Amino acid sequence: MFDLERWQEIFDTIRKNKLRTFLTGVSVASGIFILVILLGFGQGMRNGIAREFEQDASTSVWVWPGTTTKEYKGLNPGRRIQLRNENFDTWTALNGERIEYNSARNFVNGVSVTYGNEALVYGVQGVHPDFQFIDNAKMSEGRFLNYSDHVNTAKVIVIGNKIKKDVFAHLDSPIGEYVDISGIPFKIVGVFKEMREREEEQMYIPITTVQRVFNGGDRISNMAFTLPPVEDFDQAVTQAVAFKEELRGYLSQAHTIHPEDESAMQVWSALEEAKRYYSLTGNIKLFFWFVGICTIIAGVVGVSNIMLIVVRERTREIGIRKALGARPWSIVGMILHEAVFITAFSGFFGLILSMALLEVVGPNIEVDYVLNPSVDLRVALTTVFVLILAGTLAGFFPAWRAANIQVINALRDE
Amino acid sequence: MIQIKDLHKSYRMGSNSLHVLKGINFSVKEGELVAIMGSSGSGKSTLLNILGMLDVADSGEYILDGIPIKNLNETKAANYRNKFLGFIFQSFNLINYKTALENVALPLYYQGVGRKERQAKAMKYLEQVGLREWSHHVPSELSGGQKQRVAIARAMVAEPKVLLADELTGALDSKTSYEVMDLIQKINDQGNTILVVTHEDDIAHMCKRIVHLRDGVIVEDKEIEQVRASQYVQ
Ligand SMILES: Nc1ncnc2c1ncn2[C@@H]1O[C@H](COP(=O)(O)OP(=O)(O)OP(=O)(O)O)[C@@H](O)[C@H]1O
Ligand SMILES: [Mg+2]
Repeated sequence: MFDLERWQEIFDTIRKNKLRTFLTGVSVASGIFILVILLGFGQGMRNGIAREFEQDASTSVWVWPGTTTKEYKGLNPGRRIQLRNENFDTWTALNGERIEYNSARNFVNGVSVTYGNEALVYGVQGVHPDFQFIDNAKMSEGRFLNYSDHVNTAKVIVIGNKIKKDVFAHLDSPIGEYVDISGIPFKIVGVFKEMREREEEQMYIPITTVQRVFNGGDRISNMAFTLPPVEDFDQAVTQAVAFKEELRGYLSQAHTIHPEDESAMQVWSALEEAKRYYSLTGNIKLFFWFVGICTIIAGVVGVSNIMLIVVRERTREIGIRKALGARPWSIVGMILHEAVFITAFSGFFGLILSMALLEVVGPNIEVDYVLNPSVDLRVALTTVFVLILAGTLAGFFPAWRAANIQVINALRDE
Repeated sequence: MIQIKDLHKSYRMGSNSLHVLKGINFSVKEGELVAIMGSSGSGKSTLLNILGMLDVADSGEYILDGIPIKNLNETKAANYRNKFLGFIFQSFNLINYKTALENVALPLYYQGVGRKERQAKAMKYLEQVGLREWSHHVPSELSGGQKQRVAIARAMVAEPKVLLADELTGALDSKTSYEVMDLIQKINDQGNTILVVTHEDDIAHMCKRIVHLRDGVIVEDKEIEQVRASQYVQ
């Protein structure tokens, strides 16, 4: 390997057999290139799907009341279920240590929202201060609603970034401006960002204010919780499902709902859902691996073929070298050394090219369900080594055979 | 130096087999210069290939420098080919992508000689065959005679004890032939053993001994008065 003379001999050969070298190199480099791009996009799809789930905190559990569909304890189906503060408070008090963040939510309907003379058509919701974390909203300016707003039924409001862009574009910052809801002024204290613009078309005010000022009473529209994060994914799912079932059990009992009446009380766990998608992305990954492996096999076959042809083409040369005193091992060594060198060089070339492409193009890809395609360097390196190994093995047998045939027969080869 | 006893060789072609060497007996002492003559197809090349360890006989004995050449392992055989034997092929057998100089230097590569020394030595031998200016041309840019001379330089560069030349002057005009024979005689004067296959009487008479081959056997083997090639060369 560190025999300088041999390196020189090999560079001579490579320099003088450019086409052969080029073709070998291209087939190896393109194999690696295709594989890396494929794996990159497989990962990109995984990332993209993971992003879809990052909109809300991954451990969140949501409760949406509906209408009963089953008769239960003498109560007719078709009854609308209304959640109340008491439900939220009781459950939270009972399960304090299992809950990371919690928030009830109340949609404010039938109110007019204006900024100066301009009527705004964005949704207004009353939420708890924790809602920021449940919704994974990132504050770009100011702050979210806080505990003091909550207990003081403060008339403050947090708006989405889209609203800022639509309505407050003329200002440096909307903080400190007032919007009127049913004629009552609310002071803007913060602007939040979401993954998607659609979700930035919301305004949040303290739920206490909604209930006090807009005749909300003790009604709430839905509620949401997040569970403390757990390292192990499956354990997290188990926990979330248990939490969800207990929560449904409690609410069904509190509202006298048939325990199996799913549509009367829908409880939805992001983790449980995520698990479904993860297995889907697992399948996608599997598929890309399959395609990738096929590509590698094609690459291996290609390299093997080239090695066969190379040895075939060089049989006469091998005869000459042997006649001049080359040992069989030095012949085999020469051919393999060259093969390994070309495969490694072009393999890494393809690797670098494809990784550079992913690096440059990857972050700019704006397609749903594809995000930042990238590839694990170890995987990519492994494939290069697999190809090198395959090339070596594929070259070895014909080289060994050619190096051991009778000199005169090798020389006769045309 | 060379002793062969009852050497047989046949070529199989499908179901037929062609008996080419039918019991050759002869020996060559160190420092001899032998011409092997015979009509086309008489088995000269076949014999020389066996002597050069490029091919193996079917039966018979071949002793080179006191060592029986039979079932030799490849590494040993390679050593003999490299250090002991120089072979000049009827069809030159140059490596087509290497320059004249690199072709000549190749046996030295397999001797483990360093690059600088290889090239210097190869250049010296190319100069001896008059190809100094052609050292950086590849075989396809050389004439038949030039290729032959490259092949001669390559066989001589390793300074082998035994030089085997198949149709040494086949592709050369008579002037160049004499120059080459002059060279061969000088090498022979230094004590090297040389076997030359030739069709030409004048070339054969520049050797010290002529062996005639016909139908796979030696029909004549005589020592002769050597004609020095130098008198034809100025
Ligand atoms: N590989 C082979 N397979 C079959 N027959 C062969 C082979 N090599 C040589 N022969 C045959 O063996 C015989 C002797 O061949 P050889 O090459 O030794 O002749 P030669 O004396 O060197 O002739 P020339 O003067 O034409 O070179 C020829 O009839 C030839 O056809
Ligand atoms: Mg012949």
